[in-house]
Amino acid sequence: MLDPIILLPAAINGLTMGAVYALVALGLTLIYGVLHIINFAHGSLLMVGLYGAFFLHRAGLDPYLALVVMVPALFFTGYALQWSVIGKASHGSDQNILLVTLGASIVIENLALYFFSADTRTIDTPYSFEMIDLGVALVPLPRVIAFAAALVLAAVLWFLIARTDLGRAIRAVAKERQGARLVGIDVDHIFAMSFGIGTACLGAAACLLLPMFYVSPHVGHVFVLVAFTVVVLGGMGSFSGALIGGLLIGVTESLGGLLLGESLGQMGIFLIFIATLMFRPSGLFGSRLS
Amino acid sequence: MSVVRLLDVRGLRAGYDGVPVLHGVDLQVDAGEIVTLLGSNGAGKSTLNNNLSGLFQPSAGQVLFEGEDITGAPSMGIVARGLVQVPEGRRIFPNLTVLENLELGSYRRARGHCSRNLECVTAIFPRLGERLPQAAGTLSGGEQQMLAIGRGLMAEPRLLILDEPSLGLSPLLVEEMFALIRRLHEEGLALLLVEQNVVQSLELAQRGYVLENGRIVLSGTAASLREDPALRRAYLGV
Repeated sequence: MLDPIILLPAAINGLTMGAVYALVALGLTLIYGVLHIINFAHGSLLMVGLYGAFFLHRAGLDPYLALVVMVPALFFTGYALQWSVIGKASHGSDQNILLVTLGASIVIENLALYFFSADTRTIDTPYSFEMIDLGVALVPLPRVIAFAAALVLAAVLWFLIARTDLGRAIRAVAKERQGARLVGIDVDHIFAMSFGIGTACLGAAACLLLPMFYVSPHVGHVFVLVAFTVVVLGGMGSFSGALIGGLLIGVTESLGGLLLGESLGQMGIFLIFIATLMFRPSGLFGSRLS
Repeated sequence: MSVVRLLDVRGLRAGYDGVPVLHGVDLQVDAGEIVTLLGSNGAGKSTLNNNLSGLFQPSAGQVLFEGEDITGAPSMGIVARGLVQVPEGRRIFPNLTVLENLELGSYRRARGHCSRNLECVTAIFPRLGERLPQAAGTLSGGEQQMLAIGRGLMAEPRLLILDEPSLGLSPLLVEEMFALIRRLHEEGLALLLVEQNVVQSLELAQRGYVLENGRIVLSGTAASLREDPALRRAYLGV
Protein backbone atom coordinates (compact mmCIF):
# COMPACT_ATOMS: atom_id res chain seq x y z
CA MET A 1 0.00 0.00 0.00
CA LEU A 2 2.95 2.32 0.56
CA ASP A 3 4.15 1.74 -2.98
CA PRO A 4 4.92 5.07 -4.70
CA ILE A 5 2.70 4.02 -7.59
CA ILE A 6 -0.24 4.39 -5.23
CA LEU A 7 1.12 7.09 -2.93
CA LEU A 8 2.10 9.55 -5.63
CA PRO A 9 -1.28 9.75 -7.38
CA ALA A 10 -2.96 10.08 -3.98
CA ALA A 11 -0.61 12.93 -3.05
CA ILE A 12 -1.24 14.67 -6.38
CA ASN A 13 -5.00 14.31 -5.98
CA GLY A 14 -4.61 15.72 -2.49
CA LEU A 15 -2.67 18.70 -3.84
CA THR A 16 -5.47 19.54 -6.27
CA MET A 17 -8.10 19.45 -3.53
CA GLY A 18 -5.66 21.33 -1.31
CA ALA A 19 -5.51 24.19 -3.81
CA VAL A 20 -9.27 24.64 -3.45
CA TYR A 21 -8.93 24.47 0.34
CA ALA A 22 -6.25 27.13 0.03
CA LEU A 23 -8.58 29.39 -1.94
CA VAL A 24 -11.32 29.02 0.69
CA ALA A 25 -8.77 29.57 3.45
CA LEU A 26 -7.32 32.66 1.73
CA GLY A 27 -10.75 34.26 1.89
CA LEU A 28 -11.12 33.30 5.54
CA THR A 29 -7.66 34.54 6.48
CA LEU A 30 -8.15 37.86 4.67
CA ILE A 31 -11.38 38.52 6.55
CA TYR A 32 -9.74 37.42 9.79
CA GLY A 33 -6.68 39.59 9.18
CA VAL A 34 -8.71 42.76 8.65
CA LEU A 35 -11.81 42.31 10.79
CA HIS A 36 -10.12 40.15 13.46
CA ILE A 37 -12.98 37.65 13.52
CA ILE A 38 -13.54 34.16 12.21
CA ASN A 39 -16.29 34.44 9.65
CA PHE A 40 -18.71 31.65 10.55
CA ALA A 41 -20.76 32.41 7.45
CA HIS A 42 -17.83 31.42 5.22
CA GLY A 43 -19.08 27.88 4.62
CA SER A 44 -22.64 28.91 3.89
CA LEU A 45 -21.44 31.57 1.45
CA LEU A 46 -19.44 28.87 -0.35
CA MET A 47 -22.66 26.88 -0.49
CA VAL A 48 -24.41 29.90 -2.00
CA GLY A 49 -21.64 30.03 -4.61
CA LEU A 50 -22.02 26.33 -5.39
CA TYR A 51 -25.80 26.69 -5.85
CA GLY A 52 -25.20 29.73 -8.02
CA ALA A 53 -22.82 27.79 -10.26
CA PHE A 54 -25.19 24.81 -10.19
CA PHE A 55 -28.17 26.81 -11.46
CA LEU A 56 -26.05 28.67 -13.99
CA HIS A 57 -24.99 25.27 -15.31
CA ARG A 58 -28.61 24.21 -15.51
CA ALA A 59 -29.23 27.39 -17.51
CA GLY A 60 -26.50 26.32 -19.88
CA LEU A 61 -23.38 28.05 -18.58
CA ASP A 62 -20.23 25.99 -18.09
CA PRO A 63 -18.95 26.19 -14.47
CA TYR A 64 -15.60 27.62 -15.59
CA LEU A 65 -17.34 30.36 -17.58
CA ALA A 66 -19.56 30.91 -14.56
CA LEU A 67 -16.45 32.25 -12.77
CA VAL A 68 -17.03 35.53 -14.60
CA VAL A 69 -20.48 35.77 -13.01
CA MET A 70 -19.96 34.14 -9.63
CA VAL A 71 -16.79 35.97 -8.55
CA PRO A 72 -18.36 39.45 -8.90
CA ALA A 73 -21.70 38.17 -7.57
CA LEU A 74 -20.14 36.79 -4.39
CA PHE A 75 -17.98 39.91 -4.07
CA PHE A 76 -21.08 42.11 -4.02
CA THR A 77 -22.87 39.69 -1.69
CA GLY A 78 -19.96 39.86 0.76
CA TYR A 79 -19.62 43.63 0.44
CA ALA A 80 -23.35 44.15 1.02
CA LEU A 81 -23.45 41.67 3.91
CA GLN A 82 -20.63 43.43 5.75
CA TRP A 83 -21.82 46.93 4.90
CA SER A 84 -25.51 46.54 5.65
CA VAL A 85 -25.73 43.74 8.24
CA ILE A 86 -22.52 42.71 9.97
CA GLY A 87 -20.97 46.16 10.34
CA LYS A 88 -24.23 47.77 11.43
CA ALA A 89 -25.10 45.04 13.93
CA SER A 90 -21.64 44.78 15.46
CA HIS A 91 -21.58 48.24 17.06
CA GLY A 92 -17.81 48.15 16.93
CA SER A 93 -17.40 45.04 19.05
CA ASP A 94 -15.60 42.03 17.58
CA GLN A 95 -17.58 39.48 19.62
CA ASN A 96 -20.78 40.82 18.10
CA ILE A 97 -19.41 40.29 14.58
CA LEU A 98 -18.69 36.68 15.49
CA LEU A 99 -22.27 36.10 16.58
CA VAL A 100 -23.72 37.97 13.62
CA THR A 101 -21.79 35.82 11.12
CA LEU A 102 -22.88 32.69 13.00
CA GLY A 103 -26.49 33.88 12.85
CA ALA A 104 -26.15 34.74 9.17
CA SER A 105 -24.85 31.25 8.40
CA ILE A 106 -27.86 29.65 10.14
CA VAL A 107 -30.27 31.86 8.21
CA ILE A 108 -28.55 31.24 4.85
CA GLU A 109 -28.41 27.46 5.33
CA ASN A 110 -32.03 27.18 6.35
CA LEU A 111 -33.12 29.35 3.43
CA ALA A 112 -31.20 26.94 1.18
CA LEU A 113 -32.95 23.96 2.82
CA TYR A 114 -36.30 25.65 2.32
CA PHE A 115 -35.79 26.53 -1.33
CA PHE A 116 -33.53 23.75 -2.61
CA SER A 117 -34.42 20.85 -0.20
CA ALA A 118 -31.75 18.75 1.47
CA ASP A 119 -30.97 16.81 -1.73
CA THR A 120 -27.36 16.37 -2.72
CA ARG A 121 -26.90 17.38 -6.34
CA THR A 122 -24.13 17.03 -8.85
CA ILE A 123 -23.65 18.21 -12.40
CA ASP A 124 -22.56 16.32 -15.50
CA THR A 125 -20.05 17.92 -17.78
CA PRO A 126 -18.49 16.35 -20.86
CA TYR A 127 -15.08 16.54 -19.18
CA SER A 128 -16.08 15.29 -15.72
CA PHE A 129 -14.36 11.95 -16.24
CA GLU A 130 -11.62 13.00 -18.60
CA MET A 131 -8.18 12.11 -17.27
CA ILE A 132 -4.90 13.92 -17.78
CA ASP A 133 -1.76 11.83 -17.83
CA LEU A 134 0.86 13.61 -15.78
CA GLY A 135 3.39 10.82 -16.29
CA VAL A 136 3.37 9.65 -12.69
CA ALA A 137 -0.38 9.68 -12.29
CA LEU A 138 -3.68 9.99 -14.09
CA VAL A 139 -5.56 12.97 -12.70
CA PRO A 140 -9.13 13.98 -13.53
CA LEU A 141 -9.19 17.09 -15.74
CA PRO A 142 -11.41 19.15 -13.37
CA ARG A 143 -8.83 18.64 -10.62
CA VAL A 144 -5.98 19.82 -12.83
CA ILE A 145 -7.97 22.89 -13.79
CA ALA A 146 -8.94 23.59 -10.18
CA PHE A 147 -5.31 23.35 -9.08
CA ALA A 148 -3.96 25.66 -11.78
CA ALA A 149 -6.79 28.18 -11.48
CA ALA A 150 -6.56 28.31 -7.69
CA LEU A 151 -2.84 29.08 -7.87
CA VAL A 152 -3.42 31.79 -10.48
CA LEU A 153 -6.16 33.33 -8.34
CA ALA A 154 -3.92 33.20 -5.28
CA ALA A 155 -1.28 35.10 -7.26
CA VAL A 156 -3.85 37.69 -8.36
CA LEU A 157 -4.95 38.09 -4.76
CA TRP A 158 -1.36 38.48 -3.63
CA PHE A 159 -0.77 41.19 -6.24
CA LEU A 160 -3.95 42.97 -5.16
CA ILE A 161 -2.93 43.01 -1.51
CA ALA A 162 0.80 43.66 -1.93
CA ARG A 163 0.94 46.05 -4.85
CA THR A 164 -2.19 48.16 -5.14
CA ASP A 165 -3.52 51.20 -3.29
CA LEU A 166 -6.49 49.17 -2.10
CA GLY A 167 -4.15 46.48 -0.78
CA ARG A 168 -2.06 49.05 1.10
CA ALA A 169 -5.22 50.46 2.67
CA ILE A 170 -6.41 46.95 3.60
CA ARG A 171 -3.10 46.14 5.28
CA ALA A 172 -3.11 49.50 7.05
CA VAL A 173 -6.62 48.96 8.42
CA ALA A 174 -5.69 45.42 9.48
CA LYS A 175 -3.05 46.67 11.94
CA GLU A 176 -3.91 50.26 12.81
CA ARG A 177 -7.53 51.33 12.41
CA GLN A 178 -7.20 54.70 14.10
CA GLY A 179 -4.11 55.60 12.09
CA ALA A 180 -5.99 54.58 8.96
CA ARG A 181 -8.87 56.91 9.82
CA LEU A 182 -6.39 59.74 10.41
CA VAL A 183 -4.95 59.49 6.89
CA GLY A 184 -8.49 59.60 5.55
CA ILE A 185 -9.07 55.94 4.77
CA ASP A 186 -12.77 55.04 4.81
CA VAL A 187 -12.40 52.18 7.27
CA ASP A 188 -15.97 50.88 6.89
CA HIS A 189 -15.50 50.72 3.13
CA ILE A 190 -12.23 48.82 3.56
CA PHE A 191 -13.94 46.38 5.96
CA ALA A 192 -16.62 45.74 3.34
CA MET A 193 -14.05 45.45 0.53
CA SER A 194 -12.09 42.88 2.55
CA PHE A 195 -15.23 40.91 3.30
CA GLY A 196 -16.22 41.18 -0.37
CA ILE A 197 -12.84 39.98 -1.65
CA GLY A 198 -12.80 37.17 0.93
CA THR A 199 -16.23 36.11 -0.26
CA ALA A 200 -15.24 36.46 -3.94
CA CYS A 201 -12.63 33.75 -3.27
CA LEU A 202 -15.57 31.50 -2.41
CA GLY A 203 -17.27 32.32 -5.71
CA ALA A 204 -14.12 31.20 -7.50
CA ALA A 205 -13.71 28.10 -5.30
CA ALA A 206 -17.35 27.14 -5.94
CA CYS A 207 -16.98 27.23 -9.73
CA LEU A 208 -13.76 25.20 -9.60
CA LEU A 209 -15.27 22.73 -7.16
CA LEU A 210 -18.63 22.02 -8.77
CA PRO A 211 -17.43 19.77 -11.65
CA MET A 212 -15.72 17.44 -9.18
CA PHE A 213 -17.90 17.76 -6.08
CA TYR A 214 -21.54 18.01 -5.05
CA VAL A 215 -23.78 20.67 -3.60
CA SER A 216 -26.21 20.48 -0.69
CA PRO A 217 -27.34 23.05 1.89
CA HIS A 218 -24.79 21.72 4.37
CA VAL A 219 -21.85 21.34 2.00
CA GLY A 220 -20.14 24.36 3.57
CA HIS A 221 -19.45 22.48 6.81
CA VAL A 222 -16.99 20.19 5.02
CA PHE A 223 -14.93 23.19 3.99
CA VAL A 224 -15.24 25.62 6.82
CA LEU A 225 -13.66 23.26 9.36
CA VAL A 226 -10.87 22.38 6.96
CA ALA A 227 -10.34 26.04 6.05
CA PHE A 228 -10.24 26.96 9.72
CA THR A 229 -7.57 24.29 10.27
CA VAL A 230 -5.62 25.62 7.30
CA VAL A 231 -5.73 29.15 8.67
CA VAL A 232 -4.55 28.05 12.11
CA LEU A 233 -1.87 25.79 10.62
CA GLY A 234 -0.57 28.51 8.31
CA GLY A 235 -0.79 31.26 10.91
CA MET A 236 -3.86 33.46 11.44
CA GLY A 237 -3.96 36.18 8.82
CA SER A 238 -0.93 34.87 6.90
CA PHE A 239 -1.28 34.64 3.13
CA SER A 240 1.56 32.28 2.28
CA GLY A 241 0.48 30.28 5.34
CA ALA A 242 -3.03 29.78 3.97
CA LEU A 243 -1.68 28.73 0.58
CA ILE A 244 0.90 26.24 1.80
CA GLY A 245 -1.33 25.11 4.67
CA GLY A 246 -4.14 24.39 2.19
CA LEU A 247 -1.91 22.24 -0.01
CA LEU A 248 -0.51 20.43 3.02
CA ILE A 249 -3.96 19.68 4.41
CA GLY A 250 -5.14 18.46 1.01
CA VAL A 251 -2.27 15.96 0.82
CA THR A 252 -2.79 14.91 4.45
CA GLU A 253 -6.45 14.22 3.82
CA SER A 254 -5.76 12.25 0.69
CA LEU A 255 -2.99 10.12 2.21
CA GLY A 256 -5.00 9.73 5.41
CA GLY A 257 -7.90 8.43 3.35
CA LEU A 258 -5.60 6.01 1.58
CA LEU A 259 -4.08 4.62 4.75
CA LEU A 260 -7.05 4.72 7.13
CA GLY A 261 -9.97 4.46 4.76
CA GLU A 262 -11.97 7.21 3.09
CA SER A 263 -14.18 8.08 6.06
CA LEU A 264 -11.21 8.51 8.40
CA GLY A 265 -9.21 10.61 5.95
CA GLN A 266 -10.12 13.85 7.70
CA MET A 267 -8.80 12.52 11.00
CA GLY A 268 -5.28 13.37 9.88
CA ILE A 269 -6.34 16.98 9.38
CA PHE A 270 -7.51 17.35 12.93
CA LEU A 271 -4.47 15.57 14.32
CA ILE A 272 -2.40 18.23 12.55
CA PHE A 273 -4.73 20.89 13.94
CA ILE A 274 -4.24 19.69 17.52
CA ALA A 275 -0.49 19.25 17.05
CA THR A 276 -0.21 22.82 15.69
CA LEU A 277 -2.08 24.22 18.66
CA MET A 278 0.13 22.25 21.05
CA PHE A 279 3.54 22.92 19.56
CA ARG A 280 3.28 26.03 17.42
CA PRO A 281 0.10 27.92 18.28
CA SER A 282 1.03 30.88 16.07
CA GLY A 283 1.13 28.60 13.02
CA LEU A 284 3.81 27.84 10.46
CA PHE A 285 4.00 31.37 9.08
CA GLY A 286 2.34 33.37 11.85
CA SER A 287 4.28 35.90 13.80
CA ARG A 288 4.95 34.66 17.30
CA LEU A 289 2.35 35.82 19.76
CA SER A 290 3.57 38.95 21.47
CA MET B 1 -17.76 90.23 10.54
CA SER B 2 -14.26 89.36 11.65
CA VAL B 3 -11.66 87.70 9.44
CA VAL B 4 -12.29 84.00 8.83
CA ARG B 5 -10.27 81.86 11.23
CA LEU B 6 -8.41 78.79 10.06
CA LEU B 7 -9.82 76.76 12.93
CA ASP B 8 -12.61 78.04 15.11
CA VAL B 9 -13.88 75.79 17.90
CA ARG B 10 -16.96 77.11 19.71
CA GLY B 11 -18.43 75.66 22.89
CA LEU B 12 -17.33 72.11 22.06
CA ARG B 13 -18.73 69.42 24.35
CA ALA B 14 -17.71 65.81 23.92
CA GLY B 15 -17.16 62.59 25.82
CA TYR B 16 -17.22 58.82 25.65
CA ASP B 17 -20.43 56.79 25.97
CA GLY B 18 -22.25 59.62 27.66
CA VAL B 19 -19.45 60.43 30.12
CA PRO B 20 -18.65 64.09 29.43
CA VAL B 21 -14.98 65.02 29.07
CA LEU B 22 -15.05 68.42 27.39
CA HIS B 23 -17.43 70.98 28.91
CA GLY B 24 -17.51 73.68 26.26
CA VAL B 25 -14.12 74.41 24.72
CA ASP B 26 -13.41 77.56 22.70
CA LEU B 27 -10.19 77.68 20.71
CA GLN B 28 -8.95 79.45 17.58
CA VAL B 29 -6.01 79.00 15.25
CA ASP B 30 -5.20 81.50 12.50
CA ALA B 31 -3.28 80.85 9.30
CA GLY B 32 0.48 80.63 9.80
CA GLU B 33 0.22 80.46 13.58
CA ILE B 34 1.63 78.01 16.11
CA VAL B 35 -0.87 77.63 18.90
CA THR B 36 -0.09 75.39 21.82
CA LEU B 37 -2.63 73.50 23.87
CA LEU B 38 -1.28 72.72 27.32
CA GLY B 39 -2.70 70.54 30.02
CA SER B 40 -1.90 67.60 32.24
CA ASN B 41 -2.80 63.97 31.63
CA GLY B 42 -6.55 63.45 31.50
CA ALA B 43 -7.34 67.12 30.90
CA GLY B 44 -9.07 66.21 27.63
CA LYS B 45 -6.41 67.20 25.07
CA SER B 46 -6.57 64.03 23.02
CA THR B 47 -10.36 63.95 23.29
CA LEU B 48 -10.39 67.41 21.76
CA ASN B 49 -8.04 66.37 18.94
CA ASN B 50 -10.00 63.25 18.14
CA ASN B 51 -13.23 65.20 17.98
CA LEU B 52 -11.59 67.77 15.70
CA SER B 53 -10.34 64.93 13.46
CA GLY B 54 -13.75 63.29 13.25
CA LEU B 55 -12.86 60.10 15.10
CA PHE B 56 -15.64 60.91 17.59
CA GLN B 57 -18.80 62.96 17.32
CA PRO B 58 -19.06 65.95 19.67
CA SER B 59 -22.31 66.18 21.64
CA ALA B 60 -22.61 69.95 21.31
CA GLY B 61 -20.78 72.97 19.96
CA GLN B 62 -19.31 73.81 16.61
CA VAL B 63 -16.07 73.27 14.72
CA LEU B 64 -15.41 75.63 11.82
CA PHE B 65 -12.48 75.02 9.49
CA GLU B 66 -11.74 77.86 7.07
CA GLY B 67 -15.22 79.14 7.82
CA GLU B 68 -16.99 75.88 6.99
CA ASP B 69 -18.84 73.82 9.54
CA ILE B 70 -17.13 70.44 9.93
CA THR B 71 -18.79 69.48 13.22
CA GLY B 72 -19.36 65.73 13.26
CA ALA B 73 -18.01 65.24 9.73
CA PRO B 74 -16.32 61.89 9.03
CA SER B 75 -12.53 61.79 9.41
CA MET B 76 -11.93 61.28 5.68
CA GLY B 77 -13.81 64.50 4.87
CA ILE B 78 -11.80 66.40 7.47
CA VAL B 79 -8.48 65.07 6.12
CA ALA B 80 -9.63 65.97 2.61
CA ARG B 81 -10.03 69.62 3.74
CA GLY B 82 -6.47 69.68 5.05
CA LEU B 83 -6.98 69.33 8.81
CA VAL B 84 -4.48 66.58 9.57
CA GLN B 85 -3.58 65.10 12.95
CA VAL B 86 -0.33 63.40 13.94
CA PRO B 87 -1.72 61.42 16.85
CA GLU B 88 -0.29 60.63 20.22
CA GLY B 89 1.39 57.22 20.06
CA ARG B 90 2.19 57.82 16.37
CA ARG B 91 -0.30 55.28 15.00
CA ILE B 92 1.94 54.40 12.09
CA PHE B 93 1.33 51.18 10.16
CA PRO B 94 3.97 48.81 11.62
CA ASN B 95 3.42 46.05 9.04
CA LEU B 96 3.90 48.39 6.09
CA THR B 97 7.18 49.76 4.79
CA VAL B 98 8.24 53.32 5.50
CA LEU B 99 7.52 54.16 1.85
CA GLU B 100 4.02 52.65 2.02
CA ASN B 101 3.32 54.58 5.23
CA LEU B 102 4.27 57.82 3.52
CA GLU B 103 2.29 56.98 0.39
CA LEU B 104 -0.79 56.34 2.52
CA GLY B 105 -0.31 59.85 3.92
CA SER B 106 -1.56 61.14 0.58
CA TYR B 107 -4.35 58.57 0.34
CA ARG B 108 -7.13 61.14 0.67
CA ARG B 109 -5.45 64.44 -0.17
CA ALA B 110 -2.63 65.69 -2.44
CA ARG B 111 -2.55 62.34 -4.19
CA GLY B 112 -1.32 63.87 -7.42
CA HIS B 113 1.63 65.44 -5.61
CA CYS B 114 2.64 62.20 -3.91
CA SER B 115 6.08 61.82 -5.52
CA ARG B 116 6.91 65.53 -5.14
CA ASN B 117 5.86 65.52 -1.48
CA LEU B 118 7.81 62.32 -0.92
CA GLU B 119 10.93 64.17 -2.03
CA CYS B 120 10.13 67.05 0.36
CA VAL B 121 9.54 64.73 3.30
CA THR B 122 12.69 62.71 2.72
CA ALA B 123 14.60 66.00 2.42
CA ILE B 124 13.26 67.06 5.84
CA PHE B 125 13.87 63.58 7.29
CA PRO B 126 16.90 62.05 5.54
CA ARG B 127 16.72 59.13 8.00
CA LEU B 128 13.36 58.11 6.56
CA GLY B 129 14.76 58.35 3.06
CA GLU B 130 17.45 55.83 3.97
CA ARG B 131 14.88 53.43 5.38
CA LEU B 132 12.11 53.49 2.75
CA PRO B 133 11.95 49.70 2.16
CA GLN B 134 12.12 48.86 5.88
CA ALA B 135 9.04 47.77 7.86
CA ALA B 136 7.91 50.79 9.89
CA GLY B 137 7.53 48.70 13.05
CA THR B 138 11.30 48.14 13.11
CA LEU B 139 12.11 51.87 13.37
CA SER B 140 13.26 53.42 16.63
CA GLY B 141 10.82 55.54 18.61
CA GLY B 142 12.26 58.81 17.30
CA GLU B 143 12.18 57.58 13.72
CA GLN B 144 8.59 56.45 14.15
CA GLN B 145 7.68 59.93 15.36
CA MET B 146 9.40 61.40 12.29
CA LEU B 147 7.46 58.95 10.12
CA ALA B 148 4.17 59.96 11.74
CA ILE B 149 4.92 63.63 11.06
CA GLY B 150 6.17 62.84 7.55
CA ARG B 151 2.98 60.91 6.86
CA GLY B 152 0.97 63.90 8.02
CA LEU B 153 2.96 66.27 5.76
CA MET B 154 2.29 64.04 2.74
CA ALA B 155 -1.31 65.32 2.76
CA GLU B 156 -0.16 68.96 2.36
CA PRO B 157 -2.03 69.99 5.52
CA ARG B 158 -3.54 73.45 5.96
CA LEU B 159 -3.41 72.84 9.71
CA LEU B 160 -1.32 70.17 11.36
CA ILE B 161 -2.29 68.99 14.83
CA LEU B 162 0.68 67.49 16.64
CA ASP B 163 -0.41 65.49 19.68
CA GLU B 164 2.50 65.19 22.13
CA PRO B 165 5.25 64.83 19.51
CA SER B 166 7.97 64.86 22.17
CA LEU B 167 6.42 62.06 24.26
CA GLY B 168 8.85 59.24 24.89
CA LEU B 169 11.77 60.88 23.10
CA SER B 170 15.21 61.44 24.58
CA PRO B 171 16.02 65.06 25.57
CA LEU B 172 18.25 65.40 22.51
CA LEU B 173 15.49 64.23 20.19
CA VAL B 174 13.00 66.53 21.92
CA GLU B 175 15.28 69.46 21.00
CA GLU B 176 15.38 68.16 17.43
CA MET B 177 11.61 67.83 17.36
CA PHE B 178 11.04 71.42 18.48
CA ALA B 179 13.59 72.67 15.94
CA LEU B 180 11.66 70.80 13.26
CA ILE B 181 8.34 72.29 14.38
CA ARG B 182 9.92 75.77 14.19
CA ARG B 183 11.12 75.01 10.68
CA LEU B 184 7.69 73.81 9.53
CA HIS B 185 6.20 76.98 10.95
CA GLU B 186 8.74 79.13 9.16
CA GLU B 187 7.66 77.51 5.92
CA GLY B 188 4.18 78.85 6.60
CA LEU B 189 2.42 75.84 8.10
CA ALA B 190 -0.16 76.46 10.80
CA LEU B 191 0.24 74.15 13.80
CA LEU B 192 -1.76 73.20 16.82
CA LEU B 193 0.84 71.84 19.19
CA VAL B 194 -0.58 69.76 22.01
CA GLU B 195 2.05 69.31 24.68
CA GLN B 196 2.87 68.66 28.30
CA ASN B 197 6.26 70.21 27.67
CA VAL B 198 5.22 73.67 28.82
CA VAL B 199 8.45 75.66 28.66
CA GLN B 200 9.52 74.65 25.18
CA SER B 201 6.01 74.86 23.76
CA LEU B 202 5.53 78.40 25.02
CA GLU B 203 8.90 79.45 23.59
CA LEU B 204 7.79 78.24 20.18
CA ALA B 205 4.14 79.26 20.07
CA GLN B 206 2.56 82.66 19.49
CA ARG B 207 -0.49 81.87 21.59
CA GLY B 208 -1.55 79.19 24.01
CA TYR B 209 -4.48 77.64 25.81
CA VAL B 210 -4.48 75.70 29.05
CA LEU B 211 -7.02 72.89 29.33
CA GLU B 212 -8.00 71.58 32.74
CA ASN B 213 -10.78 69.09 33.49
CA GLY B 214 -12.31 69.69 30.08
CA ARG B 215 -12.36 73.48 30.30
CA ILE B 216 -10.05 76.18 28.95
CA VAL B 217 -8.89 77.82 32.16
CA LEU B 218 -6.30 80.15 30.69
CA SER B 219 -5.49 81.55 27.27
CA GLY B 220 -3.48 84.33 25.75
CA THR B 221 -0.22 85.15 24.03
CA ALA B 222 2.65 82.84 24.80
CA ALA B 223 4.50 85.72 26.50
CA SER B 224 1.62 86.46 28.84
CA LEU B 225 1.18 82.76 29.68
CA ARG B 226 4.87 82.45 30.49
CA GLU B 227 4.44 85.19 33.09
CA ASP B 228 1.12 83.97 34.47
CA PRO B 229 1.50 83.17 38.18
CA ALA B 230 -1.17 80.43 38.18
CA LEU B 231 0.45 78.66 35.25
CA ARG B 232 3.91 78.98 36.74
CA ARG B 233 2.66 77.51 39.99
CA ALA B 234 0.78 74.63 38.36
CA TYR B 235 3.23 73.58 35.67
CA LEU B 236 6.61 74.96 36.49
CA GLY B 237 6.50 74.60 40.25
CA VAL B 238 7.63 78.18 40.92
